[in-house]
Amino acid sequence: MIAESDHVAASGTRGAGFLRDLRRIALFTVRRLFGLFVTVLVGVYLTIVIANMGGKVDELRIVQIRSQIAEAVRADRSFLDLPAEERNALIESRVRLEIERLRLDRPFVERSFDYLYQALRLDLGRAEQMHSDAGSRQVYDIIVERLPATLLLFGTANLLIFFSSLFVALRLSRRYGSAFDRVVIGLAPTSAAPGWFYGIFLILVFAFVVPLFPAGGMVEAPPPEGRLAYAVSLLEHMVLPVAAMFLSSIFVAIYSWRTFFLIHSSEDYVEMARAKGLPAGAIERRYVLRPTLPPIVTSFALMLIGLWGGAIILERVFNWPGLGTLLFTAIGQRDTPVIIASVVIFAYLLALTVFVLDVVYAMLDPRVKLEGGAAR
Amino acid sequence: MNRWRALYASLKRYPSAIAGIAIIGFLLGLSLYTLVAIPYGEAIARWRGGEHWQQYPVNARPAWVNWFRAEDLPPTIRVESATAPIEEEAFTGARRLRIPLEFEYAYGEFPSEMNLFVRAQYAELEPFVRLTWHTPDGRQIPMGGRRVSREERVSISQDWNLERRLGRLPHVGLLARPGDGEPEVLPGTYRLVIDAILFEPEAKLAVTFVSYGRVHGLAGTDHQRRDLMVALLWGTPVALAFGLIAAIGTTLTTLLIAAAGVWFGGWVDAAIQRVTEVSMILPLLPILVMIGTLYSTSIWIMLGVVVAFGIFSAGIKMYRSMLLPIREAPYIEAARAYGAGSGRIITRYMIPRILPVLIPGFVTLIPSYVFLEASLAVLGLGDPVLPTWGKVLYDAQAQGALFYGYYYWVLEPAALLMLTGLAFAMLGFALDRIFNPRLRMI
Repeated sequence: MIAESDHVAASGTRGAGFLRDLRRIALFTVRRLFGLFVTVLVGVYLTIVIANMGGKVDELRIVQIRSQIAEAVRADRSFLDLPAEERNALIESRVRLEIERLRLDRPFVERSFDYLYQALRLDLGRAEQMHSDAGSRQVYDIIVERLPATLLLFGTANLLIFFSSLFVALRLSRRYGSAFDRVVIGLAPTSAAPGWFYGIFLILVFAFVVPLFPAGGMVEAPPPEGRLAYAVSLLEHMVLPVAAMFLSSIFVAIYSWRTFFLIHSSEDYVEMARAKGLPAGAIERRYVLRPTLPPIVTSFALMLIGLWGGAIILERVFNWPGLGTLLFTAIGQRDTPVIIASVVIFAYLLALTVFVLDVVYAMLDPRVKLEGGAAR
Repeated sequence: MNRWRALYASLKRYPSAIAGIAIIGFLLGLSLYTLVAIPYGEAIARWRGGEHWQQYPVNARPAWVNWFRAEDLPPTIRVESATAPIEEEAFTGARRLRIPLEFEYAYGEFPSEMNLFVRAQYAELEPFVRLTWHTPDGRQIPMGGRRVSREERVSISQDWNLERRLGRLPHVGLLARPGDGEPEVLPGTYRLVIDAILFEPEAKLAVTFVSYGRVHGLAGTDHQRRDLMVALLWGTPVALAFGLIAAIGTTLTTLLIAAAGVWFGGWVDAAIQRVTEVSMILPLLPILVMIGTLYSTSIWIMLGVVVAFGIFSAGIKMYRSMLLPIREAPYIEAARAYGAGSGRIITRYMIPRILPVLIPGFVTLIPSYVFLEASLAVLGLGDPVLPTWGKVLYDAQAQGALFYGYYYWVLEPAALLMLTGLAFAMLGFALDRIFNPRLRMI
């Protein structure tokens, strides 16, 4: 009753209230966006400093450049009869050129802000050592080349885990205490081990003891001709890594969703709906799933971001040519632009998702809503 | 005390919790035993490899594989001259020693290698030794003669002359039944007779014959002849310490910081929130890999970084939402009324209130850090000196253990990791149901 009279009172001044709400939403959005931007800025800058050891990597690289160039000049036959002085001068000038090319002659602080500015503009720049398999030095090309492999593997595995765990959890929450339910609860602690760990076991059993699947890689060594053969080979290589990820997280995922649904289906309003004699399906859709949607959406979104970057170790164990392997190689070769690019993209994606989640929450959760909603 | 008894009573209803506690107890006992049996310095010195392991076989399986086999794999056989019946004969200018080294060989397979270690004491003139191999069926195989220095390893397996004469690898040909085709062990008593001539009256000679086995001890050995037992044993305290310190370090400091933020509010809270958001954007594993490749792979530095990043994690937001209502609770007001300071209210009134809810999460956090250490080691960023389970896995991966069929090399550290993970996870899941009353009904 009280709510209704409030509603009537509010509709009287609807025009002014709408404008005020709009302003509030705009202010909220701007503040949130600004906050996220500053967060990304600081995070990316920290990465740049860490990836360069605060500038110490430069000294290592100058030494490396000098020895490489000296080696190259000494090995070159055409410089053999040059007098030593001239040869040294040649080495020096080449070293200077290379240092200028990599802009190592500028102070690190200046360069770090340069990196930051470029990174934030998503101008990923050129890699220093690495190149894509097609031969491009552009960081963008390198990352784009690896992206499909990672998305394919981790997308398949995570979507599979996400939806099958939700589905099984819903069914279990309806009949908790059954034998299957007990088995799942009993198996939940096995998820303490990460995917790569199960990967090692699966490789041992299914690639060596009973050689059913390949031990690693993405396709057969000479890639098979024809689309169908290629797809079959790809699928064969995907079975073990996907199974490893599935095994390592399915049980705990089912367990936590099941518990979550159970807690929500013992709420008073659900009991009420049950008392009214509503069918089980309707209760599940309208009274259990609806209020639990925000956390489900959150975990789905976080899962999607998790796809980016893959998993370094799982990719290394299965020799999968994805972004995780790329990042690992980049760190090993101290290729700063590639490292920064991966982290920047990750940071942007995360910030974007957090923002989108804020908006989606407002749409899904009536309590967060600023206007309307009472109509339904 | 009563609370602990009550906790124990409710834990007893969960068999998985009891199993978890038992395993954790076993691992703790194993750690203590390890720390006493193999002191830190000795473990590191041994794991560095080298001299100490030269009489150990390469890539030997653990001895218990014999239980699953029809024919036993040979263990390592060592025969020393100290226990052999030495015949001595003196003549002008020299002495002759005849050292028969006798051993039984009745195994299904050939040894992996054969070496003779000679230690001679002399002033100037090197002794001369001549080796003869006596088989059970009465054949005598001359193995040549040589001068020996003070410390010498006579590698029988790499004797090319002998290999050409036998037509087989020496350690196969010496023990095989004569004839062509697939070599087969001729069981019986073998004798390696060493005829040594010492040219000085004071000179001495001691020899050790080693037939390297294909099985060794409870754990087997790796590609550097190191006994895996050292790493498996030492991996236990390292893993437990890493997991416990990381979990305690992150949980307690996070809790303290979250509580301080909630209590003081204002800019302190805002600053903590912003720092948390920044650290949530940074991906932990790539940063650990960066620090490992650029700075140092010392396990303690890694631990420090893990704790530092773990402090400002998503957990802070969760604790904050749990602590916010507590700040307004009447008992806090009462504490303020009697004049309690901020520090006292945070540590004595706010934190203890939510501590029980955090215990299950804390227990399940431990194995994730244990596996994090193993993950870093598998990437080749393990501690440079400490033997850990992850480093054994890394060695196995790098040496193609699965490809060559050395499954024990992968399975042993993996089993220990799994055991640790399961134990803490089982206990944590049970604790979760005890401390979380909403779960208990379910």
